[in-house]
Amino acid sequence: MQAGGMNNTGEANSQTQEFLAFTLGAEEYGIDILKVQELRSYEAPTRIANVPDFIKGVINLRGLIIPIVDMRIKFGLGVPSYGDNTVVVILNFRGRIVGMVVDSVSDVTTLTPEQIRPSPPKAGSLDGSCLIGLGALDERMLILIDIEKLMTGPEMGLVE
Amino acid sequence: MTVDMSQFYETFFDEAMELLAEKERLLLNINVSAPDTEELNAIFRTAHSIKGGAATFGFVDITEMTHVLESLLDRIRKGEITLTADHVDAFLAAKDVLTMLIDGHRHGSAVEHDLVAEVSKRLNLLSAQESQPVQDTVAAVEATPPPVVHVAPSTPLAAGMHQYTVTLPVTPQRDVEALVTELGLMGDVKSSALANGGTQFVLITENSADDIFAICSFVVDIDALKIEEVHAEPAAVTVAEAPPVPETKPEPLPPASIAEPAVAAPLSASPQRRETDKAGANNAEASSIRVSIDKVDQLINFVGELVITQAMIDQRIAVLDPMLYENLLNSVSQLARNTRDLQESVMSIRMMPMDYVFSRFPRMVRDLAGKLGKKIDFITEGAATELDKGLIEHIVDPLNHLVRNSVDHGIETPEIRRAAGKPETGKLTLSAAHQGGNIVIEVRDDGAGLNRERILQKARQQGIPVSETMPDEDVWQLIFAPGFSTAEMVTDVSGRGVGMDVVKRNISAMGGAVDIRSSRGNGSTMRISLPLTLAILDGMSVKVGAEVYIVPLAYVIESLQPETTKLKEVAGQGRLIEVRGEYLPLIYLHEQFSIPDHCGKPEEGIVVILSVDDKKAALLVDSLVGQQQVVVKNLESNFRKVSGISGATILGDGGVSLILDVAALIRTLG
Repeated sequence: MQAGGMNNTGEANSQTQEFLAFTLGAEEYGIDILKVQELRSYEAPTRIANVPDFIKGVINLRGLIIPIVDMRIKFGLGVPSYGDNTVVVILNFRGRIVGMVVDSVSDVTTLTPEQIRPSPPKAGSLDGSCLIGLGALDERMLILIDIEKLMTGPEMGLVE
Repeated sequence: MTVDMSQFYETFFDEAMELLAEKERLLLNINVSAPDTEELNAIFRTAHSIKGGAATFGFVDITEMTHVLESLLDRIRKGEITLTADHVDAFLAAKDVLTMLIDGHRHGSAVEHDLVAEVSKRLNLLSAQESQPVQDTVAAVEATPPPVVHVAPSTPLAAGMHQYTVTLPVTPQRDVEALVTELGLMGDVKSSALANGGTQFVLITENSADDIFAICSFVVDIDALKIEEVHAEPAAVTVAEAPPVPETKPEPLPPASIAEPAVAAPLSASPQRRETDKAGANNAEASSIRVSIDKVDQLINFVGELVITQAMIDQRIAVLDPMLYENLLNSVSQLARNTRDLQESVMSIRMMPMDYVFSRFPRMVRDLAGKLGKKIDFITEGAATELDKGLIEHIVDPLNHLVRNSVDHGIETPEIRRAAGKPETGKLTLSAAHQGGNIVIEVRDDGAGLNRERILQKARQQGIPVSETMPDEDVWQLIFAPGFSTAEMVTDVSGRGVGMDVVKRNISAMGGAVDIRSSRGNGSTMRISLPLTLAILDGMSVKVGAEVYIVPLAYVIESLQPETTKLKEVAGQGRLIEVRGEYLPLIYLHEQFSIPDHCGKPEEGIVVILSVDDKKAALLVDSLVGQQQVVVKNLESNFRKVSGISGATILGDGGVSLILDVAALIRTLG
């Protein structure tokens, strides 16, 4: 899956890959830009009973009912406050659409294979199997997540 | 790059199945003693088209079977063999075998090769049996002067008929033959070779020159084609006399030549009839397209979104001064009307005619009646009535069961009917009609009717509480109890397998109801009433704390304000509420869904009495908000199944509200 993600953009742009960078608390993360459908501001979702607290509920995205996940609660990072500036990253993978709440979105960065270092076995509360690696960009260090693997994994409880 | 043919398999299978269904319909309608030529041709074409497709994709078994079938059909339609009931039976058997073969390729299901061989043998035998006398006639035809005769017309052309000469450039013989066949379907055709190697047809038809052009354009370059209408100028033209008997060319059935019949079909139908039939067939071909259901659902989503946007605009402009913004307000109300029309049209795309379901029954009734030695006239009414695709697929099994029941237990054998002073042939009617927002489907027979005494007796045996004074309607409902069968003996046809309880459960699951009317000796009517679509439901919005949920109205009996004295706490059974002498389990919705800020005490809220499959329960909520039609959305497409929730809907303000899974809520009570 890791290799597959790299190849998507790799061949055309001499092996480089684009990542959407966002922050959770003090950490900066990156996800494959091709899995991102759009960015939206946060709107209060309809709560669903008897689901983990990081699943905030469902919203209406142009006629589709999609779940909203707060990564700050999931990873125990930062303060989950909601305002006009709270950003929801709408992800689209394997025909599913999921909204992901993050603290802020910084930019889209292009990384060459040399800039992607092998990942540590564990980063914070993130399991190493969901990590692509660490992206070094000047002073910044992006934790690159295989977002599809993370979202479809058993601990998220988003997929049956 | 090689083309992967397998991507086209599905299309072929779909088309083949449709052709087989069409063939069955034609076979069941055909008048064996005086078959309509056009119908025989149509049957032949179905077999021919399937053969062509199967050969393209290399399904040898299907090709072989259709080939045998096609050979026999070809000879029948040319009048070499007279159609008999045996043929129709054999063709129907062949249709079943083909269905089995296609399923075998499509789903990998088992294929009974013995049956294939048997049917193939049967068809071959039918061909062989008849070929001797036919050879004689063929010989006789051969002995007569050359079949193509040019004579001056002795009679003027019939009204509305045109005569054309069609001049073709040099064309391969097989194409010419194919054209003769095609043009033969339009009218009367004669072909003759020209000195330059081309061919000339003389055609008498009702169709226009454009139609001839259209047909020829498949085969020859239309620039080189010449079509001239010949006006009744007897001296100038040569016209072939309409042949009184079909001209049959001796054809000892070489496999390869069957596909391109070299002679025109016999003319037995009147030209008028021919015209309408052909127009009908053309319309059916051109008036539908295949679109994936995903695309349709996407369209429905977008329109749903548009409707919500429309509602938002309505809210925003409501505050504007009508004098100042008159034009804007007018335009918005125009937009609202257009939006509503658009929504209706889009929702109607998912609707399919009931014919899709009904068309399978004539065959089934015919076979069953034959097996049981009964005579049944099967009538369908309202086959054009439309129903949501999702529901149509689920209505097949219950209907199947009801129709089987009527044939097996409802309609009596001819002897019994005669003794009862009824006509020997029973009447079984399947009808569909719209009534308000529902579709009503009825299975009606003029058979024996339900036996009240026997049902009551059986119910007592099974320990179901009954009384002699029960109204008929309640007695009839007893047959829907699980394991209830009054059939005196279990037959091959019914009285085993799924029972009436399954029928009732399936229909309830679709939000429908089934009731029975029956009169001893005069027959019974099973009446299924269903909502038109699963995509929209009538809902009651209820509020608990700050949250709004939708309860499907179909499950709601009533709502009331509970009195403290009616509430009971029973050890082991939880909370109960007394409603008119009946103790119902009380479900606190705020507990089920851990909703904060609810209204504390039950007596300050409202209880909604729900009923699913005769199980009742009371649901406590804070207040009722209103009643509305909602568009049902699936939670599972982007999320997963959530217990207690059957779906979601989008409210007028763009927010999402969850629809309660009432059946599951009641099930949790055990």
